[in-house]
Amino acid sequence: MTTMPKRDSYDVVVIGAGPAGLAAAATTAEAGLSTLVLDENVGPGGQVWRAITSTPVVARDRLGADYWAGAELVQELRASGAEIIQQATVWSLDRHLEIAISAGGASAFVKARRVILATGALERPFPIPGWTLPGVMTAGAAQTMLKSSALVPDAPTVIAGQGPLLWLLAAQILRLGGRIDCILDTTERRNYLAALPHALGFVTSPYFTKGLAMMREVKAKVRVVSGVSELAALGDSQLASVSYVSRGRRETIPAELLLLHQGVVPNVNLAMSAGIEHRWDDRQLCWSPVLDPDGNTSVAGIAIAGDGAGIGGASVAVARGRIAARGAVEVLAPDAAAALTAENVLRTTLAQAERGRAFLDVLFRPAPQFRIPSGDTVVCRCEEVTAKDILDAVAIGATGPNQLKAYRRTGMGPCQGRLCGLTVTELMAQARGKSPEEIGYYRLRAPVKPITLAELASVPKTEADVKAVARQ
Amino acid sequence: MTRLVDAIVVGGGIHGCSTALHLCLAGMKPVLIEKDYAGRHASGVNAGGVRQLARHIPEIPLSIRSMGIWERISELLDDDCSFESHGQVLVAEDAAELATCRARVAELNALGFTHEELIDGAELRRLVPAVADSCPGGVVSRRDGAANPAQTTTAFRRKAALLGATVCEGVAASNIRQRDGLWQVDVGADSFAAPVLVNAAGAWAGRIAADLGEPVPVETVAPMLMITSRVPHFIDPVVILRGRKLSFKQFANGTVLIGGGHLATPDQDRNETVLDWRGLAVSARTVFELFPVMRDATIVRAWAGIEAKTKDDLPVLGPSARHKGLYHQFGFSLHGFQLGPGAGAVMAELIVNGGTQTRIGELGIDRFHPSTS
Amino acid sequence: MFKRSDQDNRPAVKMFVDGAAIAAREGDSVAAALLASGRDIRRATAVSGAPRLPYCMMGVCFDCLVTIDGVGNRQGCLVPVTEGMQIEIQKGKREIGK
Repeated sequence: MTTMPKRDSYDVVVIGAGPAGLAAAATTAEAGLSTLVLDENVGPGGQVWRAITSTPVVARDRLGADYWAGAELVQELRASGAEIIQQATVWSLDRHLEIAISAGGASAFVKARRVILATGALERPFPIPGWTLPGVMTAGAAQTMLKSSALVPDAPTVIAGQGPLLWLLAAQILRLGGRIDCILDTTERRNYLAALPHALGFVTSPYFTKGLAMMREVKAKVRVVSGVSELAALGDSQLASVSYVSRGRRETIPAELLLLHQGVVPNVNLAMSAGIEHRWDDRQLCWSPVLDPDGNTSVAGIAIAGDGAGIGGASVAVARGRIAARGAVEVLAPDAAAALTAENVLRTTLAQAERGRAFLDVLFRPAPQFRIPSGDTVVCRCEEVTAKDILDAVAIGATGPNQLKAYRRTGMGPCQGRLCGLTVTELMAQARGKSPEEIGYYRLRAPVKPITLAELASVPKTEADVKAVARQ
Repeated sequence: MTRLVDAIVVGGGIHGCSTALHLCLAGMKPVLIEKDYAGRHASGVNAGGVRQLARHIPEIPLSIRSMGIWERISELLDDDCSFESHGQVLVAEDAAELATCRARVAELNALGFTHEELIDGAELRRLVPAVADSCPGGVVSRRDGAANPAQTTTAFRRKAALLGATVCEGVAASNIRQRDGLWQVDVGADSFAAPVLVNAAGAWAGRIAADLGEPVPVETVAPMLMITSRVPHFIDPVVILRGRKLSFKQFANGTVLIGGGHLATPDQDRNETVLDWRGLAVSARTVFELFPVMRDATIVRAWAGIEAKTKDDLPVLGPSARHKGLYHQFGFSLHGFQLGPGAGAVMAELIVNGGTQTRIGELGIDRFHPSTS
Repeated sequence: MFKRSDQDNRPAVKMFVDGAAIAAREGDSVAAALLASGRDIRRATAVSGAPRLPYCMMGVCFDCLVTIDGVGNRQGCLVPVTEGMQIEIQKGKREIGK
């Protein structure tokens, strides 16, 4: 496996090897463009196809057909001639399309003529009382352990939240012999009504039958409590129980593991640090980049595909990856574009894949109390800042997330706001009677992932040195 | 509608906020106009050094005046600004640099300034135990220290507002003109008029001065800074170097700030900067050599603030050479943060009393316009 | 908290946590191997010393920070285990320069 790029510049650099990145890179490389794929994980696949080339869960029915669909795309990429570097962390991208990479304990820079960001999604912050306790994890975390290491819960386990991933995870855990004591469904009843106008798109989408089957499979084996309107993790230095309210009644159940999930949101850190314009998306309750139909951003030469462009799921990500790649080929090698899948075919595929999304967005819109915490609930996990701390800062003049940093250090820890940014925006918006768009977001800066001083010190001094290193 | 006020201050950096506050303390009702929010640029994102050490001689009296205010900053602002006074140390990396230090301290002493003190290797290591063994000594200014820049600038703004200043944030001052002896400025749909206008617009002040017929050789720069994750306490004073560009400071929370003046590319119109990682790598290498204990520390963030640098690296502070009622307070050239409290006090004296006891004669705008002075 | 499914036939990898040997599997991330070990692997935060375990397992949360072969503050969820790897659980601020 390569640890550093072979060249110092590429036609196309694709960041992320999930569905969108795999599809984009395979397309541009097949069209003859020099293509570099940079991915932070040990192997390709992103989160949805995590460990697709290495999973110990070999019996295919355990992870399901949608998971194994990823293997084909990995094959396509590997055959395409693209250069792929795994375990490469991109820590800087600027408007000159210069990319800083950390891999194997050293840093290097590459230049690109086009960049396709496919950095995907992360789980929406779920700031309930006690969510920093050991034993509280995200559902995605449990799924990652399941896919890459065949690890499943075997202690008293509660899954809480809402959304398709929650049911998929529960089914996968059960199929592998893991333990789930209870599922606490936080979907708001009124959402079912609100989602009704979008139901036609949903029932004609693949989500519908698959989703229903999975919920039936899980409900046959696990107690499911619906209408959960309050949730707290309790324990002293370790999770001991989960307390919840459903239909006005408070219950407490013992638990060693609590898996939280309320959907996913675009992972915006690298895009925002490059200066790409984002807007508040009121339906998905998150920041999404401002894009043209080909995925091009406000920064010339950078496109975004996949869930980083707005949550759409794996099939949408693949379609957007192909469209963004086609856009790059049309600019850099117009003659090669004719051999690619026609644009109208790609757009039809995308439209089909997007069917049902509006229904899911509305149905699984997280309730305010699970997005906007109060009192002593921790908002910023890194700097251990509570909701009350933030409201106190607002009271003495903090007007937005960036001013708040000076008062409370929110977002200044190593995660750089990934787990508090949305909460801070919505909390301050509510406190100040403004919209999230007016409140804004953290100004994000490279390095988007921390690097050691020694590694930065070893960065080549000049362009010429960079070339000398790259040639070795 | 045009509102009549006592003074219009353009720019919500530490200088504009300090001047607004000091005008309030003198009984005036100023308006402070800031196109973004107070402390958005250099004033809020600089290294926070509160330094008399290694200053240009013409600005030392202002720096000393300011130091007196820093030492009572809580009384002035009802906010401690996270100001800590553990001294600032200038490190000489070899004998030649130490000789330069010795000459500098002698020169200051001859002028009557005693804040800088020559130290030998033993005292250097007592103050900064982690410094590389090869450094033979340096200079210390023991009353110096550091503060939180965003907290400080915000505290000035808050206190000014509390004492009666009108603070307009989020809209730029435009259409600056003088009519019937009054300065008039538009702020969105509103207008303000006042006999006094203070140009404290930082990186944007040069344009204002030029538009008013007083061009100054000033460029826009963006010095870069980076900060580490929290590490155990190992250093008290702020450290700067004699030769290479470096400033180095550990905060009470354990994070270490690394700066020193390597520059990013500023884009004033976009309000943003593009970092130069090769410049930051030079800073990292310097720290790597000088503080071996820091090699494993992780860099968490890097950034740059946009500010104005004059040709002679000295600020422009004082009345206009052309227009009655116009005052300039800009061009602090990467070292204006410590001067903010004092410069605001001095500016208020110039406006209210027509003069000041603090020697600022060499900082006037007329130094760039010999013909009009 | 977690057990290995009988699907898992990967070869064993031996590594050390604060000097004690644990059995991981080839392809495990450091964080997954630590969670699977059954040991108390809670880290103490640099801010308040509060106990934490990995939260997101995908490189986002930085709650899996560990010292790996002497290098501190590494994201355990992004680093694959290797034979003989030495892990230290971080208690508070990572000591630098030791």
